[in-house]
Amino acid sequence: MSEKPILIIPCSGIGKPFGTISRDATFRVVDDLRKGKTETNCLSLLVTGDEEATKQIQLSRCIAIDGCPLECARKNIEIAGGRIAAHFRVMDLLRENRALRPRQITFLDEDGIKLSEILAAKIAMKVDELRGKQS
Amino acid sequence: MTIRSKIGVVSCSGECCSLGTVSRTATRKILEDLKPRETVTICLPLFLAGDAGERNFAREFPTVAVDGCHKLCATKAIEMYSGKTAFTINVKALLDEWAVEPPVSRRELTGKDMEIVARVAQEILHHIDVIKEGLDGEILYKNGLGRRS
Repeated sequence: MSEKPILIIPCSGIGKPFGTISRDATFRVVDDLRKGKTETNCLSLLVTGDEEATKQIQLSRCIAIDGCPLECARKNIEIAGGRIAAHFRVMDLLRENRALRPRQITFLDEDGIKLSEILAAKIAMKVDELRGKQS
Repeated sequence: MTIRSKIGVVSCSGECCSLGTVSRTATRKILEDLKPRETVTICLPLFLAGDAGERNFAREFPTVAVDGCHKLCATKAIEMYSGKTAFTINVKALLDEWAVEPPVSRRELTGKDMEIVARVAQEILHHIDVIKEGLDGEILYKNGLGRRS
């Protein structure tokens, strides 16, 4: 029997590069690194209480990816009744990689892309760990 | 002196499809290039995860919601938690009207996709100008400096 995909929900940050990094890293994992083993959905659907999205959250193991300390992804998943299996914050990644200073928001600059790649690799490893735990 | 209030532009997060990417990118184009001094934004999930300050957004700024699809999450969230939107841009409806296919990728936009983004941004811009025109008239009227037409 095929295992249910792990749901990765990035924050929807639009005002700083951190949100773009969280979203880009999520797409790297879902569309490429762990395609078929993970999926994503719009965080906005949880904000509006969309029935289908809320049910999906409640039935899935979720990885929250937050750009800033306000942690909108984690909070919205929890409010919707979801289970947080793992949580990443771009701010923590920045502390670990102080030489990288992303500045561009709409399209990531070189440092933003590097951070997105690092974050995506971490998420992919966590997906493997979670899937290993279940089997 | 004319008091110039800022206009809010709030995009749906739209991670599930390329229409969300178009919404966000067009919104950023307004904020960065086309109306940087006259517009403000807020991350949509803050309406639920944030506090009263965030929920006051649409009451403080006349707000244009930029929605990728028919679910209209931006409009719904703004109106559920903050206040009435000044206008809604429905990107899917616009693309249908223009007989244009959405971008294939939600992560990387091609030159052709950026043309769509520019067109959507022009739509947003038009509505910002209409709102501002009305707002300036209102402010002038309130300050006794002009008349409402």
